[in-house]
Amino acid sequence: MSPLLQGIITVIVGVGGCVGYFFLSNLILDKVIFPPRADNPGQNINRANLVRPWLFLFPAMAALGLYLVYPVVGSFYRSLYNRSGDEFIGFGNYTTMFADDGFQIAFFNNMLWVLVVPAAATFLGLLVAQLTDRLKWGNIAKSLIFMPMAISFVGASLIWKFVYANNADIGLINAIRDFFGASEPLDVLQVRFWNNFFLMFILVWIQTGFAMVILSAALRGIPEETIEAAIIDGANPFQVFFKIKVPQIMGTIVVVWTTITILVLKVFDIVYTMTGGNFGTDILPSYMMSYMFRDDGRATAVAFIIMIVVLPVMIWNIRQARAEMR
Amino acid sequence: MDNIAGTKSSLSWAVNLSVIFLVVLWLIPTVGLLVSSFRDRDQISASGWWLSPFAVEQNFQAKIPAGEVRQDGEFFVIEGNIFSGGEGEVIRFGGARSNPTIAAAGETAELTRDRTLTVQENGDFVYRSPAEIKRDPSVYYSTATPPDFSLDNYQTILFSNNMDIAFINTLTVTIPATIIPILIAAFAAYALAWMDFAGRGLLIAMVVGLLVVPLQLALVPLLQFHNKIGIGQSFLGIWMAHTGFGLPLAIYLLRNYMVGLPRDIIESAKVDGATDFQVFTKIVLPLSFPALASFAIFQFLWTWNDLLVAKVFLPSNSESWVMTVKIADDLLGSRGGDWGILASAAFISIAVPLIVFFTMQRYLVRGLLAGSVK
Repeated sequence: MSPLLQGIITVIVGVGGCVGYFFLSNLILDKVIFPPRADNPGQNINRANLVRPWLFLFPAMAALGLYLVYPVVGSFYRSLYNRSGDEFIGFGNYTTMFADDGFQIAFFNNMLWVLVVPAAATFLGLLVAQLTDRLKWGNIAKSLIFMPMAISFVGASLIWKFVYANNADIGLINAIRDFFGASEPLDVLQVRFWNNFFLMFILVWIQTGFAMVILSAALRGIPEETIEAAIIDGANPFQVFFKIKVPQIMGTIVVVWTTITILVLKVFDIVYTMTGGNFGTDILPSYMMSYMFRDDGRATAVAFIIMIVVLPVMIWNIRQARAEMR
Repeated sequence: MDNIAGTKSSLSWAVNLSVIFLVVLWLIPTVGLLVSSFRDRDQISASGWWLSPFAVEQNFQAKIPAGEVRQDGEFFVIEGNIFSGGEGEVIRFGGARSNPTIAAAGETAELTRDRTLTVQENGDFVYRSPAEIKRDPSVYYSTATPPDFSLDNYQTILFSNNMDIAFINTLTVTIPATIIPILIAAFAAYALAWMDFAGRGLLIAMVVGLLVVPLQLALVPLLQFHNKIGIGQSFLGIWMAHTGFGLPLAIYLLRNYMVGLPRDIIESAKVDGATDFQVFTKIVLPLSFPALASFAIFQFLWTWNDLLVAKVFLPSNSESWVMTVKIADDLLGSRGGDWGILASAAFISIAVPLIVFFTMQRYLVRGLLAGSVK
């Protein structure tokens, strides 16, 4: 059976199954278990309404529990076992990993990514949002800068492989160097340390659009009186921007910043496609992938380290969400 | 309001210029790839894509038949035209593969063993050798070839490199992985938004927390789980995985939207005797269409563009490669230097997301805003 046909059948079975489940479970609850026409209809309706939310929630909670909650525990548990998974070695995977040069490089690079990418993307996004705010063709400009969001990390990597190509007739970087008289083409992806920044720029290129869209909406939401008052008081455009607008959208800037930070900790595609983690460009997710299928103990240990790095953001997000609900 | 009271900002031209600069900077890489994907592979390595509208100087090789040797004193001479009847314009030429463009047209090139070669611009050549000519000598020359744009790269990649299979595989992964989570999440979101029960706040907090759980954690335990229940690495496995991973965002987006629906409508429907199931299917679901659309676009883009989940949850044989895996694991290795093929492959893989992006941008933006701005 061709996979596509299998896919279509899955859609039908899946959608039909879901609708059937929700419909039938509600029907059974109302007509069979707690029918409202027995001795005490009121009580039965109340009982049914106590159960119903869980009917609605059950499939989602089961999937979330299995695919996101269980793995946190499962990964940690697995990371305490050796390569083949049959011997308990405590934190052995962690200690050997921390002593490994590859891990240290990956961890250092990852911290570099976390520092640079969110800052650069947020800054550029804010810049574009502000510049296009009053522009007639601002929407077209925004749409074009937003476009890389739709491109896969692999596709984006290929796009930039052309730009970075080690050949003045293919790569723009080397063509520009050639134009200014450099004799030999340079493979920028093999220049130690700085190659990280060339890889980071790809992600900045993708994420600037995201930051721009959100910050641009936030800028529009600023009460105009505050800006008017500042201008009447003689503030110049830079003062208006830095002293009036930015403080008012600080909350949104933080949200954008943390969202991109989380993303940075997960993206392995760019490094994997561009350098395969060679030339000192490894980051934690790509380091993990090099152990995936080979040494699950080590791979899960790396994953758990990523989880620990993400944890503060997660707690902060939950607290924000709870504060909003009150 | 930078220009209230009619004072047009003097920075206006600077703003325009810098936006133009940024837009061009942002577009150039993609444009370069698009142009390259239509160019002939030899032309790609002969000149940059930014020169692609102009003629390209390319090197060719011509074999001179040794049959028509004429003796001139102590030299053996072959004369003729390297275009052998055709048209052309020689720019430079040479007699050895190691140095194919040693002399300019019209000059005489000194070759090894006292041989000489003269090629005119129109292709007429004179080849002189002191020794007897036994094998057909080769002449290397460069000539300006007009720009060569075609769909050849696309044809090669689609029909002889199995990119068509990868395209269908991507589609196969994407469709169920987009549709099924929407349905599951919509019911859960309704319960979290409009039903009262103990522990609701806790569940919402849990969904928010799960939004940021790194996927990497899920890979090993779930692959083991899939192997244990007999799914293994298969399409069914990846659909389930994508469904699970997409749910937190789906529930979060949909709940945020549903909570904002007017309470009156829902309460009056309940007063009129509608059950929760009816309220959900007949009122909340149709009203939530914009949120459903934004999540569908997110999930579509995410599953279409995903590399990680596909690498882990799909079998690693070439029949089940999706496009991202095919490009990253196969083409970049085996076709690493074939830029035309790589460019067209990349464009095939990003064409559909780009179309979706430009036609549905409104919903995408709305979804992004619902997710992060309060």
